[in-house]
Amino acid sequence: MALDKNQIAKRIARELQDGYYVNLGIGIPTLVANHIPPGINVTLQSENGLLGMGPFPFEGEEDADLINAGKQTVTLLPGSAIFDSATSFAMIRAQKVNLTVLGAMEVSDNGDIASWKIPGKMVKGMGGAMDLVASAENIIVCMMHTNKAGESKLLKKCSLPLTGVGCVKRIITDLGMFEVTPAGFKLTERAPGVSVEEIQGKTEGRLVVEGEVKEMEL
Amino acid sequence: MNMDKRVTDADAALKGLKDGMTLMAGGFGLCGIPENLIAALARNGAKNLTCISNNAGVDDFGLGLLLKTKQIKKMIASYVGENAEFERQMLSGELEVDLIPQGTLAERCRAGGSGIPAFFTPAGYGTEVAEGKETREFDGKMYVMERWLRADFSLVKAWKGDTEGNLVFKNTARNFNPLMAMAGTITIAEVEHLVKPGEIEPDHVHTPGIFVHRIFQGKNYEKRIEQRTVRKRA
Repeated sequence: MALDKNQIAKRIARELQDGYYVNLGIGIPTLVANHIPPGINVTLQSENGLLGMGPFPFEGEEDADLINAGKQTVTLLPGSAIFDSATSFAMIRAQKVNLTVLGAMEVSDNGDIASWKIPGKMVKGMGGAMDLVASAENIIVCMMHTNKAGESKLLKKCSLPLTGVGCVKRIITDLGMFEVTPAGFKLTERAPGVSVEEIQGKTEGRLVVEGEVKEMEL
Repeated sequence: MNMDKRVTDADAALKGLKDGMTLMAGGFGLCGIPENLIAALARNGAKNLTCISNNAGVDDFGLGLLLKTKQIKKMIASYVGENAEFERQMLSGELEVDLIPQGTLAERCRAGGSGIPAFFTPAGYGTEVAEGKETREFDGKMYVMERWLRADFSLVKAWKGDTEGNLVFKNTARNFNPLMAMAGTITIAEVEHLVKPGEIEPDHVHTPGIFVHRIFQGKNYEKRIEQRTVRKRA
């Protein structure tokens, strides 16, 4: 069975380490915050200028002046800090943020990522994604393995305008987990019940399968 | 000290703003936007404006109001996904758009307000953002040269300000406001609470008054929330 969005988020959450500063992008990455393993303390950075992002407010306690980068109302925690947008990206470029999780439209087997524009059709802008991928040491991309038309999003070469070059290290899709290596996408884990053959069939980029690939534990 | 920068209201604050000028507007989404000044700008009717702001508002609020009236000729922003009219004007070619990475936008404003004409950032290297720009290697990594941004008028919103122009922002409504305040030839601050000098602790000032030229207390703040997300009480 392919993973659902919450299961993808849950698998990513297992990559969190105690003491990490983490930036979670919009969409599936945001869900990671709901699955932080017990005993692991992480501090969430939101690039609109907040370190130590808390959960959504209780009904009636929303504050229009307190949102995350997805424009959702959030709360502060003891120890939170607020800063301007230049300071926010200073900590991102200076690699103070330990892990960045973001979505993508396409990823290529050399680690390029495209996520912000479909020429002539959809242009939302890159927001903070270009700054994040250009600087972060540790980037996990999470996305569905194929698009709505059933075409692979793990490609030899991205067809859409790039967000960053050679920057993606790991990818988690509904079908499995992959490491970007010089030889291509190395399959490290399969979603429960998903075969290597199915993943091969749905991956356009170079896929590396070494020995027995274990099933993901959730 | 006698540096009273008070003006009566948003309309008076925009004195001298002309067609074709470049404006900065603070805010992230609809959080921390200068609501009173944007409304006054729509009344003012100035046209062919270049607007620098992280986002472009929504269809019926924020900078979206000025898109509707076609006052904006060019928009410089990082993310415009919440505004259907914007997307329509951009795809049809009516609106000139320069999309730039958010951290680069923030730093270009900061540079403009700091007397630094250019800097190098890794953001956008190898993408269409870097096309036509100087790139250079530093310590084994490639960077793109980006220029400062400055504005004829910077429109910012603060929570509290004194008549000398010292500003304090609240929570994430800070965002681009302090950076844009620094980069304006004329910077106008609208505040929710206008106080006398001395009522803000010098240690608590976020934007020193030297960057602010005009200040007034705004009214009827709507402070719209784009994504109202809540949790249930246990």
